[in-house]
This record gives sequence, C-alpha cells and structure tokens, in this order.
Amino acid sequence: MSLLSVRDLSVKFAMRDNTVTALNQISFDLAKGERLGIVGESGAGKSITGFALMNLLSRPGFIDSGKIMFLGDDIVQMPEAKMRNIRGNKMAMIFQDPMVTLNPVLTIGQQMVETLMAHRKLSKAEAEQIAIVKLREVYIPSPEDRLEQYPHELSGGMRQRIVIAIALLLDPQLIIADEPTTALDVTIQADIMELLLELCQSNKVGLILITHDLGVVSQMTERTLVMYAGRIIEAGRTREIINDPQHPYTQGLINALPQQTKPGQRLKQIPGSMPSLTAIPKGCPFSPRCEFVKDRCHTEAPETVQYANVEVACHEVNRLHTDKAEEIKA
Amino acid sequence: MFAYLVKRVFQAIAVMFVISLIGFAIQDNLGDPLRELVGQSVSEEVRQELRDELGLNDSFLTQYLRFAGNALQGDLGTSYFFKEPALDVILKKLPATMELVLGATIIIIGLSIPVGVYTAIYPNTILSRVVMGVSIIGISIPVFLTAILMIFVFSVEYGWFPSYGRGEIVHVFGPWETNFATVDGWMHILLPSVALASIMLPLFVRLIRAEMMEVLQSEYVKYAKAKGIRPWRIYFVHALKNTLLPVITVGGVQIGTMVAYTILTETVFQWPGMGFMFLEAVNRVDTPLIVAYLIVVGFIFVVTNTIVDLIYGLVNPTVNLARMGA
Repeated sequence: MSLLSVRDLSVKFAMRDNTVTALNQISFDLAKGERLGIVGESGAGKSITGFALMNLLSRPGFIDSGKIMFLGDDIVQMPEAKMRNIRGNKMAMIFQDPMVTLNPVLTIGQQMVETLMAHRKLSKAEAEQIAIVKLREVYIPSPEDRLEQYPHELSGGMRQRIVIAIALLLDPQLIIADEPTTALDVTIQADIMELLLELCQSNKVGLILITHDLGVVSQMTERTLVMYAGRIIEAGRTREIINDPQHPYTQGLINALPQQTKPGQRLKQIPGSMPSLTAIPKGCPFSPRCEFVKDRCHTEAPETVQYANVEVACHEVNRLHTDKAEEIKA
Repeated sequence: MFAYLVKRVFQAIAVMFVISLIGFAIQDNLGDPLRELVGQSVSEEVRQELRDELGLNDSFLTQYLRFAGNALQGDLGTSYFFKEPALDVILKKLPATMELVLGATIIIIGLSIPVGVYTAIYPNTILSRVVMGVSIIGISIPVFLTAILMIFVFSVEYGWFPSYGRGEIVHVFGPWETNFATVDGWMHILLPSVALASIMLPLFVRLIRAEMMEVLQSEYVKYAKAKGIRPWRIYFVHALKNTLLPVITVGGVQIGTMVAYTILTETVFQWPGMGFMFLEAVNRVDTPLIVAYLIVVGFIFVVTNTIVDLIYGLVNPTVNLARMGA
C-alpha cells in the first residue's frame, strides 16, 4: 500500500472577485520510506503542495477538489481534530528558515515537549527524555543544556537540526521538507542534507523534499516531480529525469546548471519567466517560453503521457526525441 | 542585571534633574511670591528686605541649588493655601489618585487582553466589527465628556452609582485610605475608573489586536500548527507572549500618562485626589504646590518606566539585562 496518494488535487486562491488556480489537478504517489523531490522555479506551486498535504493552507488559499489519501484516509475530507492529530505526529514538516520557525520566547525544551505531549500521554520528564534522545540523533552536543536555551542562543544550522529533531520526535511516516537549507550558510547546507538523508533512511521515513536545487534532488531522492505553473509537467525516477529529461522545461533547467557549461561560457537560461497565477497562458503553460512550440500548444493543454521511462505533459515529446536522435546521427 | 539596574537608575536621576529644572523655572517665574505672602500694605523697602532674607535676590544657580538641595531632603516648599509642606499635602492626596489609576488599570488589563485576542482571532465576526467601531468612538471622545455622560446616565437618570466623592473609605496605614474595602467604596470608584479607562482601553484593544494579528501570520505560529498544537495553546502560549512584549513597553508609558488624565476625571467626579488638588492649586496660584505636583508626577513616571523596562527584560528572553549593563 502506498503511504500517500494524491489524486487530481486542485488548490485555488479566492481573490476579490474571482479565484485563481494555484495547483491544477496534480496526482502523484509515494510509497512507504520513499523519497520524492519536487522541483521548479519560485511560484510553481511547490510549497503550496506541501502545505496542502498538511491541510494547512492559509487563507485565501483552499483545496478546491481532489483527494489526498494518507495511510488510507482522505486528508481533504478529514475533520480538523483528526487532522491535528496527524500533523507533527504521522506527518511532520520542516520549514525553510530556522531563524523564524522556532518561537523566540519559548525554550527549545518547551517547544519539543509540547509537540510530544500534544500527541502522546506522557509526563514532562518522559517527554524531555525523548527530546534528549532525538537531539542526540541529530548530533546536537550536550542536549540536556539545549532544552533550557532559547532559539536566539543557537546558530542557524543548530536550529535547523533542532527542527529536524522535532520532526522526528513522534517517529512520523512522512516528512515534508520545504527548502530546508535555503536560508542556511552554504557550508552547512550539505551537512543538513546529509543528516536528513541519513535519518530518513535509518528510520524508513518517507520524504518529500521541496527544492529548486536539482543537484540536491539527485543526491537525496528516488523520484522527482517537476512543477510548472501549478502543474506537474514531468515525473519519474530521479535518475531518468536528470539524465534524460523529456520536457523542454526540465531540459532547460538541467542545461542551466553551471556544471553543464564550460568555464568562461555564459550560463544557458530559459528565456522569459514563470507566468503569474492570474495570467497563465492558454493551452500548455510553458508555450510562450518553449523553443519547440507548435500551434496547438497555444490552444490545447497537453495530457500526461508515459514516454521514455518518465511521465511527461508535452505535445511535442515525440518530435523532440526524433529531433534529438537526428542531431546525434548528424 | 545589577549593572543594568544601576544604569537605569542613573538615567532616571538625569530625567529627574531636568524635571527639577523645569519645576524650578516655573517657581522662579510664576508671579511674585512676595505678593502672595505680604499683600499690598507693605512698603517697597520692607519688600526688598524680605527678598534679601528669602534669598530671592541670589543668583539663579544659588537659588536652584538651594531648591534642589531642599527637594532632595523632601522639602518641596510650603503650600500658600494649606500652610503645610507641599509634599505632605500631595502625599495625603496620592492614595486616592493611585487607587483610581489602579482601578482603571485593572479594567484595562482585564478587558483589553481577552477582547484584543478575540478580535484578532475572529476579525470578521459582527462582534469584532462592533468592538472596533466602539473603540474608535472611545478614543475620540475626551475623558471629561465620557465622565459627564456617565454621570448623567448612571447617576442622574438611573441613580445606580453615586456621582461624586470617594464614599466610605477605610484607613489602612499612614495617609492611605482605601476604597476597596467597602461596597460603598466600590460603588464610588467604579464610574471614575471606567471614565479614566475609556481612552486607554480602546487604545490597548487596538494595539493588542494589531500585534496579535501580525504574530498570527508569523512562521512560528504556522510551524506550531504544523506540529499539531491545539489552537488555544497556539493563541495563548505561542502568540500572546510575543504580542504582549511591545504592549508592555507602551503600557508603561500609558500608566504614567493616565496619572495626568486623572486631573480631568477627578475634577468631574470631585475625587479628592492630587489631580483635583492640582487644578485647585492652579486656581489659587499656589506655586509651591504646583511645582511639587509636577515633580511628584514626574517621579512616578520615571519610576514606572524603569520598572516596566526591567519587567520587559525579564519577560523577553532575547533581552540580556546582564549584557545591557555593560
């Protein structure tokens, strides 16, 4: 049985006089202990996907339709009290910036103990013992003393380790990490990612890693979703997507990586920018930026098709491939 | 902590020095003390002699130092009208005013926190909209008008509450007599307290609401939700503590300001406190009493603000009082 199964999930934002679609009928699955990356530019709907899975969209955003089956129950239909019992317990979240996620006026201990006590009948002393064990797992030195400290007394990397420890407190089935290292110093980004990977593997926790860093995705995850303008445009095994991307957008993303460019050469970038949610182009949303664009791309939204080991939503996927094949021949 | 305390005390002394200068300048320039003392039948030569004797012809500095020296020993001059040391007159009136301020403070704290939190959590309910509307009216109407309206409605029309005075008071110790010991005392203090609270209460409701709404949008509140924490705990543990930090600072200043507002409230309700006394002193050109009032109120202001800063340091973990002393 899969851990998480999302079907035709749509999220909309209620504006003053109309609604805009932030997520357009996305579907994906996650097996137990599987690690999934969600990549895309800013505004693609990655974070919204994460918050929708937690049923924590803040107004004016709301889930318009679709199903989120988690451990056999539909999160979309779930009463708030039951959902609250899942959050932080079966499904935990790691936020982007550890400098602002921990409450500045509560001690680390208070913030860990309250999480445990919200979901389990424990005494404060028992909860503190569990907290210390978890802090040790994320390599926090002298964890007993940390419980008494306030967030501002700790470094950013240390705080993010604590956030990871809090995520692991109740042995969740799934961790959603929303750009967990974006706000951190480059030198500790790799440490945090390595720690997260290690803990997910050893505890067999499912991971949804939201990031715009394809390098991180290739190291951390087994499968990848590429999002664009609230749609999943390409999905498949991470290795296939990195090595043989089918969608022109994914190809553009990978070509834009510095490693793909010789020193001294200009970085290749995708022309144009992500459309605003209020002005998503008709047909294929990527059509205005696509170099392979055809007439029907402007009118008809592409279906998701299985092609060369990945699922991809593009009208021109065959042509692309034949073009490429010809290129290689020539 | 101790170093910080010492630093704050020095700041307080500096402020008191400035206040004493202002007080002295008023005393030095407000009318001719000789006229108050001797009347018109005394000849100019005798007046000059008296001026010499009283030290009124000394240099500004000598006079100020004498004034400050006396003030430090608790001698703020003698009231012309009461023929008593001005400080004694004020200290006798102080408890009445302080009880009034206390009553208003209790009303403000007791109502502004729940109402502010409610309107922040449910900004769109009819009740919240009504509260916000009423609060604008409350801020806009001056205290004396509120007081007169309340007397008209609750004392004259309905006769529920007495309209003036402190009623039955019970002696506690020294000059302190309290309203809070008898039912009659409570009845007397209620209207003036509400009137005094009428400006600050809406201000605090709006302040708490605005701060709370901002805090509720913060990442750590979202994070607390993502941890599955119950809403009441998020509101009252995660959000309220952060909300109250700036409110404490504003609150300290406002308690001081409220002492000043007592002049209006006490006058309308004939409340025998130092605000009422001050207005009478102004009418009688009782200069030493006016100056003494100024200095005592300034002192209260400085003390409350110092205490509030210390409390802020204790409540807010990111403020390190020990380090701030350095």
